[in-house]
Amino acid sequence: MKRPYLLLRHREIPDLNDLTVYRQHGGFEAFRKAVTSMRPQEVIEVVKASGLRGRGGAGFPTGLKWSFIDNKNWPHYVVANADESEPGTFKDREIMEGNPFQFLEGLMIAAYAVQANVAYIYLRGEFWQLAHQLDRRIQQLHNAGLLGDRLFGTDFSLRIYTHLGAGAYICGEETALLESLEGKLGQPRLRPPFPPSVGLFGKPTIVNNVETLANVPLIIEHGAEWYRSFGTEKSPGVKIFCLSGRVNRPGNYELPLGTPFRELIFEHGKGIPDGKKIKAIMAAGASSALIVADDRALDTPMDYESVPTLGAQLGSASIIVIDETVSVDWLIRKTVHFFQHESCGKCTPCREGTYWMKHIVDRIYRGEASQNDVELLYDVASQMRGKCLCALGEFSIEAVLSAIERFPQDFAARVAQKEPAL
Amino acid sequence: MNRLQEKYPTEIENTLAKYPPDQKRAAVMPLLYLAQREYGYISKQALQEISEILDVPVTEIGQLVGFYTLYHDQPGGKYRIQVCTDLPCALRGAEEFLEQLCENLGIRVGETTPDGLITIEAVMCLAGCDRAPLFQVQTAEGLTYHENQSVESAMKLIRTWQSIP
Repeated sequence: MKRPYLLLRHREIPDLNDLTVYRQHGGFEAFRKAVTSMRPQEVIEVVKASGLRGRGGAGFPTGLKWSFIDNKNWPHYVVANADESEPGTFKDREIMEGNPFQFLEGLMIAAYAVQANVAYIYLRGEFWQLAHQLDRRIQQLHNAGLLGDRLFGTDFSLRIYTHLGAGAYICGEETALLESLEGKLGQPRLRPPFPPSVGLFGKPTIVNNVETLANVPLIIEHGAEWYRSFGTEKSPGVKIFCLSGRVNRPGNYELPLGTPFRELIFEHGKGIPDGKKIKAIMAAGASSALIVADDRALDTPMDYESVPTLGAQLGSASIIVIDETVSVDWLIRKTVHFFQHESCGKCTPCREGTYWMKHIVDRIYRGEASQNDVELLYDVASQMRGKCLCALGEFSIEAVLSAIERFPQDFAARVAQKEPAL
Repeated sequence: MNRLQEKYPTEIENTLAKYPPDQKRAAVMPLLYLAQREYGYISKQALQEISEILDVPVTEIGQLVGFYTLYHDQPGGKYRIQVCTDLPCALRGAEEFLEQLCENLGIRVGETTPDGLITIEAVMCLAGCDRAPLFQVQTAEGLTYHENQSVESAMKLIRTWQSIP
């Protein structure tokens, strides 16, 4: 029997984005249970015990993050990171469109757990329509007595506001997001202090990804043990895998963590178009190292521990499939251009490094490069490692270094060819 | 005279109410959207008005306009067609789509049609990688997504705009 959806439940339950329908299916009972019968610390303990890890990319244990909130400094804030901007990632958008109340309920439980009376949803500016839909749904929750003052007759009050970004990938980085929310340039902060100590408006703040929060109501409703029955021991639960690139059936697939690449790409995604062979996999969007798609890789489970054995990361589980017709020097030109455009300019290694990488990959692409330029590119990328202020810079080199290391033949061919790619 | 303040007092008040009273600056991004809706782009006048409302220096607001790609400091076409050409979309033919769309419109990326109706832009990931080619249309009012596009479907949409007097 097919496992029922946990996060993409709207695919089975029609009109789940209607408040009445969501409540008919047990909606907001977990929130009521938390607020009326659990102490905040108990909520944190359950989420900790569930093993839920951040779904935005870092995979940091969610309950542990919540437990870091500084209880000597008030007020507290919770911020939902709905800035979804990693090339290859499109899961939070589906959750917020199809199953928005489960996400909102998760956000509300998180707010109760850290005793925040105000929560913000930071959406990328492109999600303008979604933000307006969420505003209407937040108003419905007020009208239904699920948001506002003294909820369920307790002392707990909560308000939620949306806030639109305006086109900047870097704002997915949590401290850049907080700067942006404060009305400043979206540039990462020096850490420590981390947001649970000094966050929004200088106050203790928890920032969680949309998908992470959508898991929370189920964990409170069914318990940590139940949640651990999905996935692997160290990566419990389900994950939405965003499948894109050269694959017959791209889309979001909700699967237990630990599902092998082969099952996602060939069973769910129905394989590669036109009978071509798979060449490489990027598991974490444009921030990925290129995985050579051999049998060992295809049989590797997609979880936070196993993907690193392939010299890569699971990240936000944005699986981009590359077939044999794609030359990786063309591919890294795309990723380098992206990171160069999105570099916020605050730290020198990223600002200058992405700039020079762009010039070199363009030279290679134009057929004007020699093997020395490939080595120079490798050298520039290597020198950025460990020196950038945030993960954007650090991840911008992953595809470049792995491409040169694992697909040297593509560069050799391009250098010998002396004419533009594609 | 502060046109934004005079025309949209309720909207500005509601925006400010989202943030703590001592953190008015947090309202700068929503107010930039409001200004763009009013003026079509972020004019010098708009910067001055927002500066007065929030008590933030004009230069600091101008900096934001340069940093965030959805704010424009120059007037453009009434409809800005923003095509994603990032890696996952490029793997599904987005670059060829953009090229052909430009040919059909007789303009290059970044240019505006002579009638001032359409500006065409290449943008970064729009979180719709499984439905490429796709683009968003930005107008002063807001943004709409158009997914699984062909040149034919895009031109059909464009013709509906051209028929609006």
